[in-house]
Amino acid sequence: MTTKVLAIDDSRTIRNLLRVSLEGAGFEFHSACDGVEGVEMFPDVDPDVVITDINMPNMDGYGVIESLRNGPDRTSVPIVVLTTESSDKLKSRAREAGATGWIVKPFDDASLISVLKRLTGHVS
Amino acid sequence: MSGNSIRDTFFEECEELLEALVEGLAAMEDPNHDPEVVNAVFRAVHSIKGGAGAFGLDRLVHFAHTFETVLDKVRSREMDVDEGLMHLFHRSGDVLTDLVEAARDEREPNGTTEAAVLEDLESHLGGADAEEEFSFDALTLDFGTPMEITPEERQFEIRFKPFRTLYDNGHEPLLLFDALAEIGTLEVKADLDALPAFDSFDPMDSVLSWTMTLSTAAEEDAVREVFEFVDGLCELTIGEAETPAPAAQPDPEPAVDVIAEADSAPKPADPAAEPVAQTASKEARGPKPTLRVDLDRVDRLINTVGELIINQAMISQRIEELDLPTAAQLSNELEAYKLLARDIQEGVMAIRAQPVKPLFQRMSRIVREASDATSKQARLVTMGDSTEVDKTVIERLSDPLTHMIRNAVDHGLETPEQREAAGKDPVGKIKLSAAHRSGSVFIEISDDGAGLDRKRILEKAIDKGLVAADAELTDQEIDNLLFLPGFSTAGSVSNLSGRGVGMDVVKNAVQALGGRVSITSTHGAGTTFTIVLPLTLAVMDGFIISVADQTMVIPIASILETIRPNAKDLHTIGTDSQVIRVRGSYVPVVNVSENLGLVPPERSGVGVLLLVSTETHGLTALKVEDIHDQRQVVIKSLESNYGAIQGVSAATILGDGKIALILDPDELVKLDPASVSPSLSLDTRMEPQHA
Repeated sequence: MTTKVLAIDDSRTIRNLLRVSLEGAGFEFHSACDGVEGVEMFPDVDPDVVITDINMPNMDGYGVIESLRNGPDRTSVPIVVLTTESSDKLKSRAREAGATGWIVKPFDDASLISVLKRLTGHVS
Repeated sequence: MSGNSIRDTFFEECEELLEALVEGLAAMEDPNHDPEVVNAVFRAVHSIKGGAGAFGLDRLVHFAHTFETVLDKVRSREMDVDEGLMHLFHRSGDVLTDLVEAARDEREPNGTTEAAVLEDLESHLGGADAEEEFSFDALTLDFGTPMEITPEERQFEIRFKPFRTLYDNGHEPLLLFDALAEIGTLEVKADLDALPAFDSFDPMDSVLSWTMTLSTAAEEDAVREVFEFVDGLCELTIGEAETPAPAAQPDPEPAVDVIAEADSAPKPADPAAEPVAQTASKEARGPKPTLRVDLDRVDRLINTVGELIINQAMISQRIEELDLPTAAQLSNELEAYKLLARDIQEGVMAIRAQPVKPLFQRMSRIVREASDATSKQARLVTMGDSTEVDKTVIERLSDPLTHMIRNAVDHGLETPEQREAAGKDPVGKIKLSAAHRSGSVFIEISDDGAGLDRKRILEKAIDKGLVAADAELTDQEIDNLLFLPGFSTAGSVSNLSGRGVGMDVVKNAVQALGGRVSITSTHGAGTTFTIVLPLTLAVMDGFIISVADQTMVIPIASILETIRPNAKDLHTIGTDSQVIRVRGSYVPVVNVSENLGLVPPERSGVGVLLLVSTETHGLTALKVEDIHDQRQVVIKSLESNYGAIQGVSAATILGDGKIALILDPDELVKLDPASVSPSLSLDTRMEPQHA
């Protein structure tokens, strides 16, 4: 079974980096360029795991997590926050919103994939 | 996608982010700005930092981080923005641009301003703040840590009782067990004591807990790390067991089943939450989706469409020549074909069109640097940023515009003291505007300075031998002296605009784009330079004219008026020079065929006069034999196919398949010695080649 990832990030560079890492590792990769698009794409993509940036226009990462957790989908798929800061404040805020885990930028392929593996239980 | 192209994308994205940054900073100048503007500025810097981190561009990351931290304080209203801080932000934006460019070109950034700006930014952060959140601790996970070396196996006893939120957040206890199992030998025991009776069972509740025994060589930290993400979402105790516990009955299976059940239990939809997501999805989107296309492909397409237009004209003409009985019907279809071809052409041209905004934004930096260097105060106001112009035009406008903006600050504006004395705002205003008007693009650069000092300009021109000492020039003629090669108004050459580049270079650059530049100035109120450019470099509206029995094209944009004169309106001066009286003033007549070295036909008569305004000769009437039509023509470069001909700017292919030359009125009049008006002796000095 292919693991489907939905990555939500307004940076084209980060989306590209994620795509290369994850497609290389055999994931099925989908991406959205802001929170609104990500939430909108969610039901169609029906991902096994969501990766989201925090600082984004239109809807930030916290909004994404809250919409996915409390919206019509009420999903419990793992949602991983992609962040440049690793402060406890940010982590606890993300956790409160319903985030499952976090990846600190800059990330390397191995740690990215191991986090996804840890949260989804399978790597493609 | 290769690593290199990801890197390229990063720098492309940086360019866009830097544009957004400059735009946002400009918007922040408005005291009533939308708070979202600060967020956008923050995000731009933040995204640059994020991407730069991925490529190990530490210097860029460090600067962006410091910049971002100060912005964050503004964003969270811990800090107010004053003029000084705004100035610092602009300078920070400049440094960030330099650092990005240096990283892109893989060279050393110009560190002089970087250090100063960085220090300035840091001074806005308390010492503690500066480094507080700056920890790029890359995630290290010890999954699959090699277990071969097992110096000392220890046993950990782990009690784990998840809260309901753990499941809500998408966690799965089984996966935690898997992770633990990877670092050692794990025994799991489910504690079912809290399980309620079936009647009162709530599937959404978390009632299970587990006790685990892990035999591992790993440190306690490695064990705790497995639970990193669930910290606060469960009760967790991890303790080292004193003695190896006897092999307990491992019973993970039923536990797994229960978890799976809890996880897949029906989840009642929350109707209240639904509208949230729906309104959100209706919110304005970010950037419109775009497609990146190789410029060569677009140019090939433009060229092909050009051929299509020519082909369409040829077909129309051939069908007309056939004189078919059903011509009327056919011509309707042909007209539709023509319109479609035009539509395609306009559509393709629009691909090359880009807003002038990024170009204009770069100018705010020029204004800043120029005002710093000259100790003047200036701010840039831009208008019509969204005006779209051909990409090549934008690229080639950058240098002339930079020069004119520098000039406007350096020579146009007065010092703050002089301005105050004159009752003006000490901060000078440089206005940069763009607009589409009657098929051309108008770009205006104006300052609210003292206006041109015509007396000094004239003295200077006389000094430099550009004008005869006794020359009587009108104001406009004096203003135009600025465009003469080698003219510089600065009394002392400042290190800013006095770089040996004069306005003549600006004029040449604009003319090379098929445009023209003019100047108006009001004493005490400022100076305005106006650049008029064609919308596209690929097609042009022209008059189809005949000159010495040849069909030629002249750009409509250059023609002010057409006159069909009577023989008596023309007056001969000297042997063969002619002038015509137009509304009270005499305008020299230039015979186009003679200037091009062609023999005019015997029966040429008075022909038609095209009134044009030329840069060097002012108002001039071009004499041609006739005007046949007005038509959009596709411009084909002569220089790449044949060679440069003076007086001819390019060529085109007409409907009959013949090549027609496109005339350049400015160059054309220079070819004629007789066109020099007696009062303007400077013209002969300026253009010694046609004496």
